[in-house]
Amino acid sequence: MEAIRVENLIKRYPHTLAVDDISFTLAPGKILGLLGGNGAGKTTTISLLLGLLTPTSGRITVLGHNMAHNRFAALARMNFSSPYIALPARLTVQENLTVYGHLYNVPNLKRRLTELAEQFHLTPLLSRPAGELSAGQKIRVVLAKSLINQPELLLLDEPTASLDPDTGDYVRGVLEEYRRTHNAAILLASHNMAEVERLCDDVLIMKTGKIVDRGPPEELIARYGLENMEQVFLDIARSESL
Amino acid sequence: MKSLRRIWGMVYRHAAMYRHSWPRLVEIAYWPTLELLIWGFTAQYFGQAHAGPRVMAAVALIAGTLLWEIMLRAQLGVTMSFLEEIWSRNLGHLFVSPLRPAELLAALAVVSGIRTVVGLFPATIIAYLLYSYNVFALGPVMLLFFLNLLVMGWWVALGIVSLLFRYGAGAEALAWTIAFGVTPLACVYYPISALPAWLQPAAQALPAAHIFEGMRAALTTHATDWPQLALAAALNAGWALAAIAVFAAEFRRARICGALIAIGE
Repeated sequence: MEAIRVENLIKRYPHTLAVDDISFTLAPGKILGLLGGNGAGKTTTISLLLGLLTPTSGRITVLGHNMAHNRFAALARMNFSSPYIALPARLTVQENLTVYGHLYNVPNLKRRLTELAEQFHLTPLLSRPAGELSAGQKIRVVLAKSLINQPELLLLDEPTASLDPDTGDYVRGVLEEYRRTHNAAILLASHNMAEVERLCDDVLIMKTGKIVDRGPPEELIARYGLENMEQVFLDIARSESL
Repeated sequence: MKSLRRIWGMVYRHAAMYRHSWPRLVEIAYWPTLELLIWGFTAQYFGQAHAGPRVMAAVALIAGTLLWEIMLRAQLGVTMSFLEEIWSRNLGHLFVSPLRPAELLAALAVVSGIRTVVGLFPATIIAYLLYSYNVFALGPVMLLFFLNLLVMGWWVALGIVSLLFRYGAGAEALAWTIAFGVTPLACVYYPISALPAWLQPAAQALPAAHIFEGMRAALTTHATDWPQLALAAALNAGWALAAIAVFAAEFRRARICGALIAIGE
C-alpha cells in the first residue's frame, strides 16, 4: 500500500488553474522531493494532501484512506511541518507539545516529550514561551511537533529554512534516521537543492501547476547533462517551452 | 475517549494561555464589572429616589445587566478563542491534526463557559456587596436563564466564526459588534411591548427577549414563567441548528476556495 496515491488531481480557482492534472505515488520508507518556483503549485498540492483544500477533481488516497471521505483517519497517522505556520507564542514549548500530544492521542505523552526534547535539543527550552525562541529554535519545536505521533507519513514544507548549516545538517540527519527506523514516507518541499540531493529518492518538479519532470536526483542530473540539482532546477525554471 | 482527549487538549491550550497572560484574565472580568457598576449606581439612584414599582425596576436593571453579560461573554468567549488561533497563526496546525471541527467548537464552548463564569464572578459579588442584590435569589430558575443565554451566545458566536471563514480575519470587528447590535431587540431593560409593533416580531424571534420577560415575571410575581422559558429554549434549539448548518456550509466552502489557508489575511 502506498503512503500517497494521487490520481489526475486538479485544483481550479475562479481565475487560476493551481494544480493541473497531476498524478504520483509515494511508497513507505521513501522520500519524495516536491520542487518548483513560487506559484508552481507545491503549496496547493500539499494543502490538498492535508485536506485543507478539496480538489476540483481527481482522487487522493493517503495511507489507504480516501481523503475525500475519511481524511481524519489519515490525519491521525500523518503530520506536517512548515515554518510559515506558528505555534501559540504565549505557551511554553512543553505546553505547545502537550497540546499536540493530546490532539494526536499520543500514549505515554510525558515520555514522548522527553524523547523529542532530547532528539531536537529542546530540553533547556521546554519552559520558555514559544514566542521568545529564535527562528531556528522555533523550527526545531515545529519539527518536534511533527514527529510527536510517530507519523507514517510526514509532509515537510522547507523544514530547514532559517536554520544555520550545522543545525540544518543535524535536522536532515534526524529525518534520515526517522525514515530508516520507522519506514516512514516523507514528502519534502524544499528550495535547498543540496538538501534534495541528499535526502530524496525521487523528485517531482512542478511548473504552473503541472509536473514537468520527475525521477531520482542523480538520474535527472545525468539526463540534463548538468552537475547538480540546483542547475537542473534553474534550467527547468528558466525554460520557456515548459 | 479520543474525542474527549482532543477537546481537553484545546481547553488545556487556552487555560495555558490565560495562565501566562494576566491582561487577558483581567479583560474577562473588566467589562461585566464596569457595566454592573454603571447600571448598578443608576438603579440605586432610582431605587433611593422613588419607592414602589421603581424599586422593582431598579432591581430588574441590575438583574438584566448581569444576565445579558452572560450572553455577551459566552459569545466573546467563543469568538475570541477562535481569533486567538488566527492571531497566533496556529489554525494551519489545528486543521491538519485529527481535531474535528465539531471538537474544536466543543472546546471553544467549554472555554467560553469557563470564561463566562470567571468573568461574571466579580460582578456578582459586587452586586451583592454594593447593591444588596443576590442574583441567586431568583432560585433554581436562574440556572435555566444562565443556560439559555449561554447557548444563545454560542450560536451567535458560531455565526460570527462562519463570517470569519468567509471574510477572513478582516471581519474580526464583527466579533465585538454583532452581539451588542442585538441588544435593543433582546429587551433586557424593557418588555417586548415597549418596542414599536413592527419591531416586536424580530424581538419575539430571539430567545433573549423571552428570557428577560421570564426574568421580570420571576422578580415581580416570584413565579416561573414556564411558557416563556420553553419558547426561549425552543428558539435556541432552532437558531443553534441553523448556526451549525451555516458553519458547516462555510467550512465546506472554505476548503473549496482556500480560505482555511488564507484566513489570517
